Amino acid sequence: MRFIFKTSYVQDLALFRDRAQRNWYVALFIALLALPRLLPEYLGDISLVFIYALCGMALMVLVGYTGLVSLGHSAFLGIGAYAHVYFTQDLGMPWLAAVALAATVTAAAGVLVGLPALRMTGVYLTIATLAFALIIQEVLTRWDRVTGGLRGKPVQKAVVFGLSVGNEAGFYFLCLGFLIGCLWLTCNLLRSPTGRAWVAIRDSEVAAQSMGVNLAVYKTIAFAYSAGLMGVAGALFAHKIGFLAPDIFSVLLSIQFLLMVAVGGLGSLHGAVFGAVFVALLPVVISQARDAVPVWAGQVFGVFGKDAGRAVFSVVDRFVKQPGLEPGIFGLILVLFILFEPLGVYGRWMKLRLYFSTFPLYKRATFKRQRAYMRSERLR
Amino acid sequence: MTFFQADGLAINFGGIRALDGVSFEVDAGQVFTIIGPNGAGKTTIFNLVSRIYDPTAGRLIFCGEDVTRVPPHEIARRGIARTFQNIELFEHATVLQNVLLGRHAHKRSYFAEELLFLPRVRALEIEHREAAEKVIDFLDLQPYRESLIINLPYGVRKVVEMARALCAEPKLLLLDEPSSGLSVEETEDMAFWIQDIRNLLGITVLMVEHDMSLVSAVSDRVLALNYGRSIAMGTAREVQDHPDVIKAYLGG
Amino acid sequence: MRGGGGAALEIILQLVLNGLAVGCIYGLVALGFVLIYKATELVNFAQGDLMMLGAFTCYMLIVWYGFGYWTAFTLAVVAVALFGAVLDAAVLRRVLGQPQFAVVMLTIGLGATFRSFASITWGSEIYTLPTPFSARATMVGGVSVSHEYVAIIVGTFLLCAVLYVFFTHTKIGVAMQAASQNQLAAYYMGIPVKRMFSLIWAISAGVAAIAGVLLAPVSLIDTNLGFIGLKAFAAAVLGGFGSIPGAVVGGLTIGLIELYAGAYLPQGFKDVAAYVVLLVVLAVRPQGMFGTVGRKKV
Repeated sequence: MRFIFKTSYVQDLALFRDRAQRNWYVALFIALLALPRLLPEYLGDISLVFIYALCGMALMVLVGYTGLVSLGHSAFLGIGAYAHVYFTQDLGMPWLAAVALAATVTAAAGVLVGLPALRMTGVYLTIATLAFALIIQEVLTRWDRVTGGLRGKPVQKAVVFGLSVGNEAGFYFLCLGFLIGCLWLTCNLLRSPTGRAWVAIRDSEVAAQSMGVNLAVYKTIAFAYSAGLMGVAGALFAHKIGFLAPDIFSVLLSIQFLLMVAVGGLGSLHGAVFGAVFVALLPVVISQARDAVPVWAGQVFGVFGKDAGRAVFSVVDRFVKQPGLEPGIFGLILVLFILFEPLGVYGRWMKLRLYFSTFPLYKRATFKRQRAYMRSERLR
Repeated sequence: MTFFQADGLAINFGGIRALDGVSFEVDAGQVFTIIGPNGAGKTTIFNLVSRIYDPTAGRLIFCGEDVTRVPPHEIARRGIARTFQNIELFEHATVLQNVLLGRHAHKRSYFAEELLFLPRVRALEIEHREAAEKVIDFLDLQPYRESLIINLPYGVRKVVEMARALCAEPKLLLLDEPSSGLSVEETEDMAFWIQDIRNLLGITVLMVEHDMSLVSAVSDRVLALNYGRSIAMGTAREVQDHPDVIKAYLGG
Repeated sequence: MRGGGGAALEIILQLVLNGLAVGCIYGLVALGFVLIYKATELVNFAQGDLMMLGAFTCYMLIVWYGFGYWTAFTLAVVAVALFGAVLDAAVLRRVLGQPQFAVVMLTIGLGATFRSFASITWGSEIYTLPTPFSARATMVGGVSVSHEYVAIIVGTFLLCAVLYVFFTHTKIGVAMQAASQNQLAAYYMGIPVKRMFSLIWAISAGVAAIAGVLLAPVSLIDTNLGFIGLKAFAAAVLGGFGSIPGAVVGGLTIGLIELYAGAYLPQGFKDVAAYVVLLVVLAVRPQGMFGTVGRKKV
């Protein structure tokens, strides 16, 4: 078991718990820097993971830390994406300025959503954000002049400070840079009074108020910051997918983001990153499985004879190649995680670490959930 | 100038008149206790003072200023902090994080500074931490500093609530049933702490309490309520011997 | 003056009837939401998908197995109601007591799973449900009134009457409210909380199935039928999320608002009218028309 001996308050404020943890992260950073050399064919996928991690972080700030569940974040991503493309391509603004402005526009949209949200609690807020997402999707479709409507809008390669970031490695480093930068900013907020106020709002609004937290201001800041991060992610996302169309930014995308947050583990930025890895790589895994599982099933049942094997292969193959299967798998995974691992992948990771660090004294009942009874949240 | 004054407070909940013209004054450096049967309106007074409810009539005057319509998050900045009857702590945070929230009323950093965690923010955070540690020392919470609230016994949670309220450096501290759910020893500790808060920290205490031994031990003045009206006010001895109070509340 | 004036009147009446009928469907789905919310404080984001399952089951019974309309209707409703009860017992019971976010996510995940299941079992094309009311109309006062719309409206009101009697004249309604406000205390009072919840889920799923079967002839069946559930949110919120009559009134109002939006506002507004109403209601009067606002006692 490791024991961390604290000798000053600064240690509690630091980003890393101790030297060892910092060194692990530095090693991870170096590995990521070397990735273009080691795994060049996966760079595109990993860039998407970084962008999704940004999205997960944005949503985690709002859901995991402030307790405001939003089904509307696909709308913020869309606003950020379209705004950025409009600023760079239609208005010819410099790239970084366009990203900053797109983030600001999205943050303003976040404030707009946040303002009525101040009067709503719990599930009403979720429904309101859902309505917002559907309205924005319609707006994106109808506002032809700016968004190109249903025709779609092609996105050119990013040009940062005159350098074209067209190749995969360049874009990879761009995404990595933004991810690390935004992680740093978010961690700063979370260890300051603002972060504490957010957690207070999540756990007990009444207590937060009587300790001087202006609920309206902090909820609005949470929305604005979360939306601003999504705006940045949107700009990168636009370049990644190369072509914008309104139906990309649907409620299903919002659900994927929530899946990220739930699966990753609520209340921690690690969870956001884990969740992003999970959600971004799941389609890849599914498509690989689509080819592999029928073959494997055919081989297993081939023990009973060639005909049996072939029959099983064709049945499983037809089942697995269905178009409606993927959302079902997402849904099923979400359900299974909520039922059996509510702390998410990060929670499971922490439990594993605890197991190894307290071995062989680990008690199985450490994480056993107490029997919980429902209390009315209406009378909040 | 009276330190704190409630003047003709009245509030209705639907058809029920929870408070009906309650007036009292609290002098600086006192421990003022409100007693009464359940439903008399004691916690309602607290909720009015900490501005969770708006009164239908009456005024609240604190240090010469009318605070009747002040927004709830302002009241901590003005110097009034409270604890809750049913503990309102942040369950999945540590004691330290809970207590640090009490410092929010003294937040002096701006969003932009916090975003970049400038040295000024770092210095302010250390200040907050030092203030929180002083309160933790005062209430002997050192062993529980890094424990999650959800793992702590009830008595300790009540003390953590008090610690959080003290971190706001209030001039007036509202304690809502500080000894409910506590054992005899814990109640004795609570009595000593309340006296220390008054004598050492110079904080005025406004308290709701049922435990008459605690009330007699620490209170300077007592107000008895019944059905939203005040029925007696005076020293603990005077109120306890008052016939109306005996009939309504104490029995015997 | 008959002729031109009569034709215009007929169109208006048809539109109004259509709006009311669609509003009834919204009301029924909203009713399902509100039933579950009143009892368990969960918002079932899969309500629309239960409706879709009901429609598909009825279709399967009629077209694949040759049952008559009314038999298939009853069987489909019963089947989906049972499914709702099983869902509660097997899945939702485990998450009671967890924060709302978890339950929201769970029902969203369930909805996606139902859609996927439907598309695997029944395919992803669009189907029509043959009913005794399809494409039939009677002349009422010189105006052609479509049977489908009338069936929806009549069916909705019959169902509401039945539910009203059930909740006001039985002990179960009161018991459900108790269980929703403080589950532990309800247990102490001898209320069989778990069975109650399964019952309410069964009722809610049954209502959704009825809505699905009633809607099918009007809107055609496909796996995305459940997205109507999103508009039913607007109906539930408008009516007041804790109010049963409010759900139906809210549904009818949204149906009529959509009607007018489609008729008088530019293209595209009809689709978002419901959501705009939702946001306005939540911003201005969150408790809707008939709901109440509660405060936590501290």
